[in-house]
Amino acid sequence: MSALAVTALSKSFGGLRVNTNVNLTVEPGERRLIIGPNGAGKTTLFNLITGELRPDSGSIRLFDRDITAVASRKRAHLGMARTYQIITLFPRDTILRNTMLALMGLSPLRWNPWASLHRQSHLVDEAHAALARVGLDRIAGRPLAETSYGEKRRVEIAMALAQRPKVLLLDEPFAGLSIDERRDVRQLLVAIPRDVTIVMIEHDMDTALDLADRITLLHFGEVIVEGSRAEVVADPRTREVYLGE
Amino acid sequence: MTGRNLAIAAAILALAAVPYVIKEAYYVNVASQILLYAIFALGLNVLVGYAGLVSLGHAGLFGVASYVVASVLAAGYGHSAAIVSALAVGLLFTAGFAALSLRATGISFIMITLALGEILWGVAYRWISLTNGDNGISVTSRPMPFGLALGSANAFYDMTLVIFLAAVGASAIFVRSPFGATLAGTRDQPRRMNALGYHVWMIRFGAFMFSGLLTCVAGILFVYYNKFISPQTLALTASAEALLMVISGGAGTLLGPIVGAGIVVIMKNVVSAYIVRWNFMLGAIFVAIVVFMPEGLVPGAARLFRSAVRSMGRTRPVPTAERTP
Repeated sequence: MSALAVTALSKSFGGLRVNTNVNLTVEPGERRLIIGPNGAGKTTLFNLITGELRPDSGSIRLFDRDITAVASRKRAHLGMARTYQIITLFPRDTILRNTMLALMGLSPLRWNPWASLHRQSHLVDEAHAALARVGLDRIAGRPLAETSYGEKRRVEIAMALAQRPKVLLLDEPFAGLSIDERRDVRQLLVAIPRDVTIVMIEHDMDTALDLADRITLLHFGEVIVEGSRAEVVADPRTREVYLGE
Repeated sequence: MTGRNLAIAAAILALAAVPYVIKEAYYVNVASQILLYAIFALGLNVLVGYAGLVSLGHAGLFGVASYVVASVLAAGYGHSAAIVSALAVGLLFTAGFAALSLRATGISFIMITLALGEILWGVAYRWISLTNGDNGISVTSRPMPFGLALGSANAFYDMTLVIFLAAVGASAIFVRSPFGATLAGTRDQPRRMNALGYHVWMIRFGAFMFSGLLTCVAGILFVYYNKFISPQTLALTASAEALLMVISGGAGTLLGPIVGAGIVVIMKNVVSAYIVRWNFMLGAIFVAIVVFMPEGLVPGAARLFRSAVRSMGRTRPVPTAERTP
């Protein structure tokens, strides 16, 4: 049984075919890297997998369950979490509260209009634990607006991990980071246990290459090459479309 | 925390003392009006401030509750029946408003609520067999909860104050609750909320219902205060006035809509006695608020206070009117 299976997925925006007949099978515990030049349809593929966009055709299965027609919010409850390439956090809230919102998304507590949020000690503790995993527990009370870009990236990851996903989709987790910050985020990703399957988009191949078990190369919305790290790097088509030779 | 509780207790005592300090019935009535409009503004603020959805049709919901009370009483039923049916019908209309308008956000949401409000105004104005048209419906008596007569200005003020305090308390609990945090999340980042597993539409619907409940409560108080209801109560200007209260005081704060209701009601009732063009004054004040304190009076005053303290060279952090998330 695969963790995530995408079959013959296609999506067009008007006349622009963004994804054409994409097939992707990710095994449980696998680290899959999706690479491709700008406009290859990587983020659109993520949006189809998470349900933020509806595919024109094809199907998506999560642990053998067909989720093609399942609402996007329900996919979070089925064990799918994602981060965004463009940071999408709650700027008016503290880091802790951002993380609590992630935890509450899967808890019936979210409908409770009378309890006091900051007295939900188990939720607060869990949020602190999630932040400790990314090394932000120290500054948990800081308003998000006063944090650095690298810290925001880590909050994104902490929020996704807090939901204890089975499949974690990371959209360019290294985008816009300094060398030091890249090293921190990378350590963090390496430390994620293997019961989480990771699919990661990365524009910059060098940073993420050795994190991946297998690599899929997208170009103009189609899967051009797929295979192990060595296979993909050695493939002449990779060099042609991606490395620009 | 004790300082805060003391301040709250002092504020409640001060409000309770109002009828004994200003003895004139006219001004006690103005104070009642401020409180009932503050409940209305608190209700609208749930949507405008916490959900980020601006409604220009809330006077319609306010008016529906008022009309139901007046009609049920005119049909010969008692006050309990009138109040219960006003709440039930008001909430039913709120659900309809929400179902239709929550298909959109932003400008489209405003336009849909505006259109719905105008439809209700049109019905009140034209469906004469139901609403008595422009002549309106009079209410001859006020209810007597626990045998207490509410005929006098003071007694009515006391009852309005009790309901007002309950509304403030409910709002305070709501915005600090998990659902309140969830609602603010849908305002700031609906896409992320959806990806985190939240049902954004349902959350907004729930907030709309709470907003409608407070609005209907205010509408019921209004018809008993005024003892008369006419289509004017549902007009677009009434919705705009309520929005003015929320925005001028500070949307997304608890105190803001209350202060805003105070300003608008005082302008309307007191200043209008001295200045014929009181609307002009209200507009000028609103422009001044937008220019100098675009976030509203309450957060704006807190900001000015903070910077004043800072410029005096003190470094100790000063508690301020907190912007409840």
